[in-house]
Amino acid sequence: MTAHRVGRRDDPGSGLAIETSGLVKTFGETRAVDGVDLRVPAGMVYGVLGPNGAGKTTAVKMLATLLRPDGGEARVFGHDVLHEADAVRGRVSLTGQYASVDEDLTGTENLVLLGRLLGHGKRAARERSGHLLEAFGLTEAAGRQVKNYSGGMRRRIDIAASILNTPDLLFLDEPTTGLDPRSRNQVWEIVRAVVAQGTTVLLTTQYLDEADQLASRIAVIDHGRVIAEGTKGELKASVGAGSVHLRLRSAEQRPEAARILGSVLGVEPQLEADAVALTARVGDGGQDAAEQASRALAELARGGVVVDNFSLGQPSLDEVFLALTDRPATERRAQESKEALA
Amino acid sequence: MTTTAPTRADGEELAPVSAEGLAPLLVSAERPPRPSAWAASLAFGWRAMLKIKHVPEQLFDVTAFPIMMVLMYTYLFGGALAGSTQQYLQFLLPGILVMSIVMITMYTGVAVNIDIEKGVFDRFRTLPIWRPAPMVGYLLGDMLRYAIGSAVMLTVGLIMGFRPAGGVPGVLAGVALLVVFSFCFSWVWTMFGLLLRTEKSVMGVSMMVLFPATFLSNIFVDPSTMPGWLQAFVNNSPITHLASAVRGLMAGEWPGAEIAWSLGWGAALVAVFGTVTMRLYNRR
Repeated sequence: MTAHRVGRRDDPGSGLAIETSGLVKTFGETRAVDGVDLRVPAGMVYGVLGPNGAGKTTAVKMLATLLRPDGGEARVFGHDVLHEADAVRGRVSLTGQYASVDEDLTGTENLVLLGRLLGHGKRAARERSGHLLEAFGLTEAAGRQVKNYSGGMRRRIDIAASILNTPDLLFLDEPTTGLDPRSRNQVWEIVRAVVAQGTTVLLTTQYLDEADQLASRIAVIDHGRVIAEGTKGELKASVGAGSVHLRLRSAEQRPEAARILGSVLGVEPQLEADAVALTARVGDGGQDAAEQASRALAELARGGVVVDNFSLGQPSLDEVFLALTDRPATERRAQESKEALA
Repeated sequence: MTTTAPTRADGEELAPVSAEGLAPLLVSAERPPRPSAWAASLAFGWRAMLKIKHVPEQLFDVTAFPIMMVLMYTYLFGGALAGSTQQYLQFLLPGILVMSIVMITMYTGVAVNIDIEKGVFDRFRTLPIWRPAPMVGYLLGDMLRYAIGSAVMLTVGLIMGFRPAGGVPGVLAGVALLVVFSFCFSWVWTMFGLLLRTEKSVMGVSMMVLFPATFLSNIFVDPSTMPGWLQAFVNNSPITHLASAVRGLMAGEWPGAEIAWSLGWGAALVAVFGTVTMRLYNRR
């Protein structure tokens, strides 16, 4: 299976799907992408994680030859995105809010059109469209105009359009933003199926959960810069696997609860604005988060602290940023806009 | 692994995604050779046809608008300018045909602009195809619209009493020249469609260009009654050359010089605005 695909890759030596160095894009005064270095190995899902406005989409657009870089270099399978744009276009596909399908046409018409544009004959284009629509559960909607599709169907037809010719590299720019959990899971299934057949996927997302579910390696990006990069394990080790959130029966017990948590978990718990709530990081240094949390609960019970509500969660994007930059993403943004005003 | 439960999205039963069905599609795919420039342009032309099929209202501008133009100008100016509406119609119809068709070229710019906004444009731009193909495709579809518009106007004209001396071949030659010129002229609007931010500004700019360009010509009246400086402009306007050529062809003459001028202007428009369009298209 893999060998089948390798034949099409003309640069098996480097094994890199994407390689950028010092990639820069400016819009007026704003440096949307500010010196990004990425090395994306072929054959995996590579996650690019960051908040809204971090520069993810701009970076993807440059890699997909839609935007010209203002500085630095970017290669896709060894081809320069600026000087060998056509070679890059032959191997990549893109799905994002902006690279969509024609809303006035039906699902079938959209896929047949793209099939023809990719060089298929009329019959081959029809046949492949039919198969894709079937695999994506869209057969019934095939004859309807895309503007009448639901959000989940819309995302499916977008992705189907991107794999009409199986690309060597698929860009998925926030593929699940705005989807309900079920549709989101189905998009994840599709991504797994695509990467299992040897396509490299560059996935941008705002959700740590999504990157965790799908990606083998993750780059965290903020203000146009990569602030952390590594395998999921490496990243988690630096962030902590998650946090426990506690709500107590009475606010008076909070100092006592904080003391117990501190001694059990070895970290300073965070006191929330809500006077009965506190949060503590667990799973640092590869420890079992669930085991740590249950130990903490047992200690709290022994100390007579009444816990009303308890949850163990993955760190949110804010917590990742907190760990990586000592300030959460939203707070930094607010502060910076204040500075900009001053 | 297949997701078994059907998804209910927006209250609708949605069939599950079949990962098993997907896998063979992903491996088996042989990549066909790239389509030729012509095949890619034709595919985009086919898209334009499909859009007409799904949104037939868009033909309003090539049917109702031209009919209105013929009726309005014939009965408004006919008596005053040529003594009778019958006589004026013989002079006016080829000209008003030129004016209407040239005016509806602006919808090309609007269509380009809408596509950019809707996002489908960026997908086309990431395809490994001949770069001007999407633009040429729009224009191929528009040429059909121009042909429909011409047919509608000529039918109305014939009913009202237009009797071209050139007969069917003369009329067809006139329409062909007009459609070719309009194809060339449309590149002005593809440029504005790429350049301007909103559909409204594209409309605004096109009106600014089209009104003076079409009115300052020999479409309505003989330029010899105009002041000298205006004559200088009108006599050299591409619209005047085109109107004279179409009028001549429909009258059964062979106005070689005017045809050459029209085609020359057409070529110049493509050379300038086609180049600028493709530069903008690649640089966006």
